[in-house]
Amino acid sequence: MEKIIKMKILRALILTLSFIIPISSFAAGNSDQKIPKHEWSFTGLTGTFDKSAIQRGYKVYREVCSGCHSMNLLYYRDLIDIGFSEDQIKAIASDYTVIDGPNDEGEMFERSAKPADRFVSPYANDQEARISNNGSYPPDLSVIVKARKNGADYLYNLLLGYDEPPQGFELSEGMYYNKWYEGHQIAMAQPLDDEYVDYDDGTENTLPQLAEDVVTFLAWSAEPELEVRKNMGIKVILFFLITGLLFYLMKVRLWKDVS
Amino acid sequence: MQNSSEPKKYKNSFLNWIEYRLPIVSYIEKEYGDYPMPKNCNYFWSFGALASIILVILIVSGIFLAMNYTPHTDMAFNSVERIMRDVSYGWLLRYLHSNGAAFFFIVVYIHMLRSMYYGSYKYPRELNWILGVFIFLLMMATSFLGYVLPWGQMSYWGATVITNLFSAIPLIGEGLKTWILGDYTVGNATLNRFFALHYVLPFVILGVVGLHVAAVHVHGSNNPAGIDIKSKDDTVKFFPYMLVKDTFMVCVFGVVISAIIFFGPNLMAEVDNYIPADPLVTPSHIVANWYLAPFYAILRAIPDKLGGVILMFGAIAILFILPWLDSSKTRSCNYRPIYKWFMMLFFVNFFVLGYVGMMPAEGIYLLIARIGLVYYFAFFLIITPLIGKYEKPGHLPASIRDVYIDGKNY
Ligand code: HEC
Ligand code: HEM
Repeated sequence: MEKIIKMKILRALILTLSFIIPISSFAAGNSDQKIPKHEWSFTGLTGTFDKSAIQRGYKVYREVCSGCHSMNLLYYRDLIDIGFSEDQIKAIASDYTVIDGPNDEGEMFERSAKPADRFVSPYANDQEARISNNGSYPPDLSVIVKARKNGADYLYNLLLGYDEPPQGFELSEGMYYNKWYEGHQIAMAQPLDDEYVDYDDGTENTLPQLAEDVVTFLAWSAEPELEVRKNMGIKVILFFLITGLLFYLMKVRLWKDVS
Repeated sequence: MQNSSEPKKYKNSFLNWIEYRLPIVSYIEKEYGDYPMPKNCNYFWSFGALASIILVILIVSGIFLAMNYTPHTDMAFNSVERIMRDVSYGWLLRYLHSNGAAFFFIVVYIHMLRSMYYGSYKYPRELNWILGVFIFLLMMATSFLGYVLPWGQMSYWGATVITNLFSAIPLIGEGLKTWILGDYTVGNATLNRFFALHYVLPFVILGVVGLHVAAVHVHGSNNPAGIDIKSKDDTVKFFPYMLVKDTFMVCVFGVVISAIIFFGPNLMAEVDNYIPADPLVTPSHIVANWYLAPFYAILRAIPDKLGGVILMFGAIAILFILPWLDSSKTRSCNYRPIYKWFMMLFFVNFFVLGYVGMMPAEGIYLLIARIGLVYYFAFFLIITPLIGKYEKPGHLPASIRDVYIDGKNY
């Protein structure tokens, strides 16, 4: 009897999984080349963010990417999560200017940003963003890791994927060849290279290191809840496992006398 | 407080007071306490209970999401992200709701396939089945509407493609489409009304589920052998036997859904939906929600738009008359040696249709979709009516109890 029951549970599970597995492989998509996987601290069941990497990544974003890309889902106060102190955040925010108002005289005015402000965008509007970039729009980076197939792995490879176009490849005016971009022509010039950003903590500033750090920062900004989520997940799953086991034993006991 | 002349059925006087005024206590006792379940029901019979639980989870998480959501084209995307970032445990609410909806379909599909394999739709449970198909239709509508709300690229383009289908209807098509959208294209008016409808439909589903469950309880549940309950020896009481069994299943399900919610919450989502809707940029290929993909495959298999729409709705509508298409009196496929294999093939075919529904409609995928489409309809319209006439059913066991003792509960 019990054996049969176990078999059946197994079968039900396999059935459920057989629904899920094809789905996750759809999600992985079918690009012509497979994106190489990179080692990240935040993947896997117990993965966590490396805070110093996020801080370095933020520096890369601030000094390079923020020239063209907004991150308007983030507030300066969010930086507290990645280990900045309140004073540091105040100082960072005050480097930026925002337009506020109207004041009592009905005028709009400029003031320096506060921790409660959103990350200031490089351009006043989409039109300005386009005209400054040859008509291409630099997307907001707040959730970019969730908005691309293969998320962090893709972005990392994209940043390293600039190269001379192969023989016979027609590159349009103002476009750059990138191995991993769809169609291989991207309007963003190679944004990072060795030693583009100086780190304060003595970490080597090679291109792969800069790319890894900025992508770690972007992964955090896309999923700031990641650590809390996984932590809670382990507890919830344990709860169901233990309760499930209890109910299974109870069920076997109870049904033993059914004939 | 109780009048001394009132009956004292229960020990607790409060229960007696209620019972005398509204006999809900004895109703619950009868339907969820003493309700006789065939002993041989396997774990597939837990999926109805699972579906009910998910429905409640969806409604509750949905209400809390709605408290923080803004149905406006300029704000919807950001308000959803705000829920994920700034509302306490907002990410949990959202991931519960989105993955819960996907699992709702998985669970209900298993529930439906169970009903088909074991012939639960046959006499005397036809109305039960019909109410089920209504639930399924309502679920499809609700999930389509819900998918539009986050106002990402797939939301916008999915809504555009699906509402465009209506314009294929001759004469009234264009007018109907505009009436549904509240505008000539998908826009703010559309988003507003879709939100209103998405809020209300789950409560309609809840009502139909109530009728659906009440209907099962009239003649009792079917079972893997597909034979009727003949005596008390064939059944166990719902409480505690089924409750404990179902609760175990809920825990198993809890492990599976938690694995997704907490460790891969976006596995079943489209990445494009994390890009805000942009009417000027068409995504490279517009995919349906995977759980509606088999029907999407049918839609696209036909070169003619109107034909595709008719077949797609036909594929669902045909489910309504399944009890009358099936000419066999034997319920369970366990005792139908030939039909059983066509049934299995139907399940596989449904999967395959789902797969090609996610792929671009061209080349080999289109061909497979067409073959799948033919089998889908042939199964209902030719195979099911014919086989019942010619197949020699297996020897049915004498009683449910016999099956149970033999241990053949699947
Ligand atoms: C000089 C302006 C500029 C800078 C600096 C810049 N970008 Fe871009 N970026 C763009 C433009 C323009 C696009 C749009 C490309 C296109 O549409 O072809 C883009 C696109 C992107 C994309 C989207 C690629 C895709 O798959 O669609 C990512 C990711 C990205 N940039 C990341 C970064 C990161 C990280 C940095 C900092 C290291 C950075 N960018 C710095 C201009 C810039
Ligand atoms: C909101 C979704 C649904 C819920 C909550 C739900 C709930 C239930 C419950 C609690 C039962 C009794 C337990 C069981 O037999 O599993 C049941 C039975 C049944 N359901 Fe559903 N159901 C849903 C959708 C459907 C759909 C879409 C169909 C088919 C089109 C369907 C067809 C049936 C049938 C035929 C039975 C009787 C099964 C039997 O007694 O063997 N249900 N449902």
